[in-house]
Amino acid sequence: MTARSKISPWAVTRHVLLVAGAIMMLLPFVWMISTASKPPSEIFSSELHLIPRHFALWENLQTAFVKANLWRFLLNGVIVTVSIFALQVLVALPAAYALAKLRFIGRNALFALVLFGILIPPQATAIPVFLLLHKLGVLDSYAALVLPFTISVFGIFLMRQFFRNVPDDLVDAARMDGISEFGIVWRVMLPAAIPAVTAFGIFSVVAHWNDYFWPLIVLNSEHLRTPPLAVAHFRNAEAGTNYGALMAAAMVIIAPLLVAFLLAQRRFVEGIALTGIK
Amino acid sequence: MSDSAATLGGVAVTVPVQQRVAARRSQFSLAPYGLVTPALMLMLLMLLGPLTGVIALSFTDYQLGAPNLSWIGLANYHEMFADKVFWTSLRNTLVYVGIVVPGAVTAGLAVALLIQSGTSLRSLYRTIYFLPVMATLIAMAVVWEFMLHPQFGLVNGLLREIGIAGPSWLQDRSTALYALCVIGIWQAAGFNMVLFLAGLVSIPKQLYEAAEIDGASSAWARFRLVTWPLLRPVTTFVVVISGIRSFQVFDTVHVLTKGGPSKSSEVLIHTMYTEGFEFFRSGYGAALTVVFLAFVLLLTLIKSRLADRGAQYA
Repeated sequence: MTARSKISPWAVTRHVLLVAGAIMMLLPFVWMISTASKPPSEIFSSELHLIPRHFALWENLQTAFVKANLWRFLLNGVIVTVSIFALQVLVALPAAYALAKLRFIGRNALFALVLFGILIPPQATAIPVFLLLHKLGVLDSYAALVLPFTISVFGIFLMRQFFRNVPDDLVDAARMDGISEFGIVWRVMLPAAIPAVTAFGIFSVVAHWNDYFWPLIVLNSEHLRTPPLAVAHFRNAEAGTNYGALMAAAMVIIAPLLVAFLLAQRRFVEGIALTGIK
Repeated sequence: MSDSAATLGGVAVTVPVQQRVAARRSQFSLAPYGLVTPALMLMLLMLLGPLTGVIALSFTDYQLGAPNLSWIGLANYHEMFADKVFWTSLRNTLVYVGIVVPGAVTAGLAVALLIQSGTSLRSLYRTIYFLPVMATLIAMAVVWEFMLHPQFGLVNGLLREIGIAGPSWLQDRSTALYALCVIGIWQAAGFNMVLFLAGLVSIPKQLYEAAEIDGASSAWARFRLVTWPLLRPVTTFVVVISGIRSFQVFDTVHVLTKGGPSKSSEVLIHTMYTEGFEFFRSGYGAALTVVFLAFVLLLTLIKSRLADRGAQYA
């Protein structure tokens, strides 16, 4: 902690090492932006240069939006992630409240099931859930993308831990005001738990915006594709001929989350670090 | 407890136990069940049912669309253990985990220690190293593919500058899996860094001062005597989490190599996907899933074992 008073050799070494690592981390992003800004003649040249001589970002973006129909896929991404999160909260909050604040027979057993559920990796249930959706006849629809994720045992666990710290007095006061148990969840607990809900929201939205496995399995129709699926299809369709537009599409797909992250870094790091608990 | 206190208007403290129990019983309510029912139903339908289902399916010959299925015992497992693709896939998965876990854990720890060892630019570095965690992996995989392009890629371009002819990374069976490992480490390092940073912050400063008084003057001595032992539980945790996440590797494989060339980058979940969702051999795919589950469960068990031991010595 004496670094402030003098410029020590260690302080310099620290920055040299961290900058070297940071360059490695940033290189794909830099190369993506660079390539997205180049015309094909400069992309297909074996001579390396970072700054394009002819700036073609606009053309590449246009191609990406027209050829890959990006607006539609971004909209799908928003519809799917928002529906998943809204339904997760709708299902998880009442259960979390009951587990945290109410006494009922089977409470411990239910909580044990929740803890067990957290251990199940999503790939493990893929085949039976797929067969179930097939039986229900909802494959290849928004429902197929959303339904399996409406239950988040992790969300229940997280909110239950948070609710336990909400003072009982608050709940009791609400009961004396004649608010029903269901009303307490939304009018007392939810407002008290906004930070936890936000962290869970970030965790949920990031996971489902970036998810590739499940949309790949249940979707056929082009118009339903989520952003990751769209990039993968665009890549296959272009088959190495139009890297500029492909990089532009990649840029657009990662932009919403990266911008949100840069605006609210601390919250995002917290939200994503939650995955660690999983 | 609090329910009865509320109904009795705050005088609950003085009410004898028997009466309180009676009071609670009398106000037995269905409300809790109403609140947990949607969650419980969905859990059974989407999580616990399918988990049981996947194990049961692995003993059947079910194929999607088939009119019926029959119990075939261990036949799927026999077929799997006799299949060369399965063993290649398992070996590749273990190689991937064996490279990405040490790589991403070491990188995450090193970056966290470096960031925490000074005071300047901490949050800037943290942000930069965390960017790959946030970015959609599929999009970045496509970027990596172009960086690794044999002719026009950045990597081979840089190698050319120093006179080395780089391979066709993703199209070469001797390098494809390792190229995927590099992407895996690049993506996971920042995530591990965040977990390590949280661990480092929680180490009390006084311990470092005490160690210094006791003669641990070099940074290395302080690391060995204070940081490393106190970071042990976090490290175990990060290793297991990284292990579980690496076992699930799929996105980069599916979009970049499809397990090729000639199965050199085939991994467990990709094999499961191919069998279960391209050939629709649900039963066989389920058997592969069970193997995957066994490995994940093993890692989870190791974690809880080590966590118990760590707690004893802490």
